[in-house]
Formats: sequence, structure tokens, C-alpha cells
Amino acid sequence: MSIATSAGKQNKASLVLSRTGRGLKGALSKLSREPVGLFGFIVLAILVIVAIFAPLLAPYSATAQNLSNTLQPPSWQHLAGTDEFGRDILSRLIYGTRITIQTVMAVTLIVGPVGMLVGIIAGFVGGRTDAILMRFTDIVLSFPSLILALAFAAALGAGLETAIVAISLTGWPPIARLARAETLIVRNTDYVAAARLYGASPMRLLFLYIAPMCIPSVVVRLTLNMAGIILTAAALGFLGLGAQPPAPEWGAMISSGRQFMLDSWWVAVMPGLAILLTSLAFNLVGDALRDILDPRHARS
Amino acid sequence: MKEFTLLELGKRLGQLLVSLFLLLVVTFVIGRVLPTDPVGAIVGELADPAAYAAMRARLGLDLPIYQQFWVYLTSLLQGDLGTAILTGNPVVNDLASAFPATLELATLAIILSTAIGVPLGMTAAFFRDSWFDQFARVISLVGHSIPVFWFGIVGLVIFYATLNWVGGPGRVDVYLEGLVEPQTGLLLIDSLLAGDQEVFWNAVNHIILPACILAYSAMAYITRMTRSFTLEQLNQDYVIAARAKGASNWRIVSGHLLPNIAVQLVTVLAISYGSLLEGAVVTEVVFSWPGIGQYMTSALMIGDMNAVVAGTLIIGFIFMMLNFLSDLAYLVLDPRTREVTA
Repeated sequence: MSIATSAGKQNKASLVLSRTGRGLKGALSKLSREPVGLFGFIVLAILVIVAIFAPLLAPYSATAQNLSNTLQPPSWQHLAGTDEFGRDILSRLIYGTRITIQTVMAVTLIVGPVGMLVGIIAGFVGGRTDAILMRFTDIVLSFPSLILALAFAAALGAGLETAIVAISLTGWPPIARLARAETLIVRNTDYVAAARLYGASPMRLLFLYIAPMCIPSVVVRLTLNMAGIILTAAALGFLGLGAQPPAPEWGAMISSGRQFMLDSWWVAVMPGLAILLTSLAFNLVGDALRDILDPRHARS
Repeated sequence: MKEFTLLELGKRLGQLLVSLFLLLVVTFVIGRVLPTDPVGAIVGELADPAAYAAMRARLGLDLPIYQQFWVYLTSLLQGDLGTAILTGNPVVNDLASAFPATLELATLAIILSTAIGVPLGMTAAFFRDSWFDQFARVISLVGHSIPVFWFGIVGLVIFYATLNWVGGPGRVDVYLEGLVEPQTGLLLIDSLLAGDQEVFWNAVNHIILPACILAYSAMAYITRMTRSFTLEQLNQDYVIAARAKGASNWRIVSGHLLPNIAVQLVTVLAISYGSLLEGAVVTEVVFSWPGIGQYMTSALMIGDMNAVVAGTLIIGFIFMMLNFLSDLAYLVLDPRTREVTA
């Protein structure tokens, strides 16, 4: 008996592996037919690599001031110019990728599981639980998120962690709604009924049979959300409520570059381009992922 | 899809009330519970303990939390939101003078974004996969991805500082400020009422750039949604029938498509309008626009929680009302939602 189950487990594991492998292969071949999405993927891959190897890639320090070298226009020494403290803007942008990715990942890791949990429980349990959870979700959805993030950051004191919490607070409802809708579809399928007949516990049904089916559309939604997270985080940074100086946060860099805009455009323009490119890449990848992972909701 | 009944209306109304109550709780928590030391922010860190305790009592912070909430609730219902540290005025007065500026900006932006976004989305759907569709897609993708405040700064440098096509920051040039007696608070309307052409055109010149920039991100959303609504309808039999009868494209759009997507569009526009009010916050900072956003952010800088909470309340309130009204519009205007259950 025990041998049989362990063999079964192995079989299952290899099945899962080969299935993921095939899925990945299919995804990649689909992706190569979608050049715009591929471009987004490449930008994101570069971004992650840059964030990991920032100290190796950055030509200068992100924070060391050099007051004899302030506000230099872009040149071969400083590809993106220098700011009002003589810091190399390219190096600051490179280090800034770390803050951006950290923010995006943190918010996503909070919002994704919370939203999914609320959504699948509401969809699976149904009845009054569903009504209460969804009412609450709708209410949070009707809050103005940027303003609320602003007020929270103001009350708790500015900082990256506060910004992350503030953005997450209003970020989970769309995920919850989506997960609920998916759960409602999956709940009544034959394989779930079969699992229930075999005596699978509700927990087991919820996490092994239903939750995995929600993941594709939730991942798509999360990716599209990431673009919005970047913009909100940058806006908070711009208002002085995100990561604090001298941290090279892109929104804060725009804010300080604003006053030199007329004579030294590059100080504010470069970080803006970085935000635009990153956010665009997330949008493109989200669109492409939707076509690949979630054919039912594919772009028509 | 539910039948429109009084019961349904009551349900929505109940939900709205719960939402509003939660908004009050959240703003109360933000304003009273979360700040680490609201008393110290007013009297200073080095104040003597007696003054500290007196201020604490004056702010009502020595009361139990539920009593504090009650005080907050009752004073709010009496229109008392406290005094702003920055201006020394009651917050309500400050808001009343700042709000019209935000309203003017957001309203012009929603008009612009609707006027451009709806035709753009429809045309893109009509000529699906053509170069125009791709063009509309790029426009709306960039609109979804661009940081509004940055776009505003770049716009100011190009169109104001370099080309000098539009007015700079603020609602009018400094020498024209305060010439028109505020009646509605909306400068464009006030100056027309007063018959002051110079102020009117100057104000138009000032509002056009922030309004366009603010409109862009909303337009991106409206275009995208209009396109997908239209695509959905284009595959329906009635459109094919109309085509077969020889109806022109224009006739199909005005006579068949628009009425069918109108209600969905209303919802999208309501959501966009709410997000425009919100987006106005950062735009106002860039353009020194004397609205709620600027008021809130300058209050943020000095930790003036009364002003921050009041700003959050008013924008949150409008946001929720817009949601509620668009829900109602759905129930009342769309006959399909009635027939389904009948």
C-alpha cells in the first residue's frame, strides 16, 4: 500500500513536471508569435537582471555626492547626466530598479494571496459567507485608492514600507472578485464532484482542486496590476511619501529634478522614462499572458 | 441582472450607507488612531507636560476611543471638520474654496476624454486589426503606463516654457487673479457670468494643458472599454441585419450601437470621473492648481491630519456616490436588466 502510494506520488510529480514543461514550451512558442509581448518580457527580464546585479552594473555610486560635477548633461562619462548633487543619474536609475521591484513584489505577494483566499472561500462556501465577503470587497473597491494610500502614508509617516502597506490595502478586491468568479465555474465541475465523492476534505478541495484553476487568470490580473502599482508608488514617491532621500526612488527623483527642469531636463526626464518603460512592459506582458494562459478572456 | 424594484434600490442604498460608514471609520482611524503623536505635532516636542495634557484634553484624546468616534461623527454631521493648521481657517471653508478648482479641472478632463475616447474606441473596433486599431492600442497602452505627474512636467516645459502656447501654472496669470467675483467657484463660468473676456480666455489658456494631461489616462481606459463593448455588439445579429438592409456605418453607430452600449459606457464614465478626481491630486501639485489635491499635499507636509482627513472624506464621498449612481443608472436605464427576470 505504502509503496503504491509513493509510486503514485512519484508518478504524479513527474506528470506535473512534464505538464509544466509542455505548458512552458507551448507558452514560449506562442510568445514568439507575439513580438510586442516578447518585447515586454525582455524588458522585464533586463529589469530583474539589472536589479540583481546593480552594484556590478552601476558605473558610479547611487548616493555619493560630487559637488564639483553637478547637473552635467548626458555624455559618455554620464550617459544620463548628473543631478544637483553631482550623482550619476544612470547609476541611480539602476539602483532604483531594486526599489521598484521590491515594491511591486511586496504588494503583489500581499494582494495576490489575500485576494485569492477571500475570493475562493466566498465562491466555494457560498451563502451568507459569500454575501458578507463580497459586500465587504465591493465596499473596499469603492474606496479611492490613491487618496487612501496618501492619507495612510501621511498618518503612519513616509517610507517605503508604509507605501507598500497603503497600496496593498485597496489592491486585493479585484483579485478577490476574479477568484470568486473562477471558483463558481470550477466548483460544479465533474472532477471536483469526483474528488468530493472520494472523501476529499473541503480544505483539500479548496487548495488542491479549486485554487490551482484560478491561478492563471489571477496571475494575468496581478501582472496588469503591477503597472498600476508602479505608477501609484511613483506618485507617492513624487509627493515625498515613498522611499526617503537619498534612496534613488524614481518618483522622488522626478520630484527633485522638477526645479531644474528648464535648464537640466535630463534630471526629471530620465526617471520618468524609466517608469514609463517599466509600466509599459508590465502592461504588455499582462496582455500577452492573458492570451497565452487565459484563452477564455483573451483580447478580442 | 436583477429586476429594478424598490427592494433592489433599498439594498443599494443600504450598501451605500454601510460604505459611507466604513469611510468614516477609516478616516477616523487615519486621523486619530494611527498618528503616533498628534499632540506633539501641535504643541511641539519640548512642550511642558501641563500644556501637553491640556492640548490632549482639548483635542479630546483623553476620552475612550468610542467616545472619540462619537465626537468625530457628531461634529462631522454639524459640518465641523476642525481647524487647518496651515491656514488657521476651519477646514470646511478651505475645502469649499478649493473644491471648485478641482471640480472644474476634472470635469473638463472627463469631457475631453469622452469626446476623444469614445469615437476612437468605436473606430478601432470597426476597423479591427487595421493600422488604426493598432494605433489606438498604442495610444491607450501608453496612457495606461505614463506617470501623470511626469507627463505634466514635460508638458509644461514643452508647451509653456519652450513654445509658449499655453499659460503656466495656476488658474490665471497673477495680474488677473481675484478680478472676478467668485459665484460658482468655477472660474470659467464665473468669468463668463461677469462678462470678463480677458479672464475667461486666460483661464482657458491655463486649464487646457492640465486638463488634457489629466484626460489622457482616462481616455486610455475609455477607449479600451468602448472598443471591447463595440466589438461585442458588432457580432450580434441585429447589426448584421442592419448591414444587410443597407444601413450606413453612421446609421449603425448612431441608431443601433450607441443605444446598446450607452449604459455600459455610463458606468465606465462614472468610474473614470472618480479616478480623475483622484488623479487631479498629483496633477494639481505639478500645475500649482489651487484645488483639493494641492491643499491635501501641502497639509501632508506639515502633518495637518484634519485637512488630510477632510480631503479624503470629500473625495471618498464623491467616489462612492458616483459608484452608487452608476449602479442605479444600470438598473434604471437598461431595459435588458428588467426583462431578464420578468
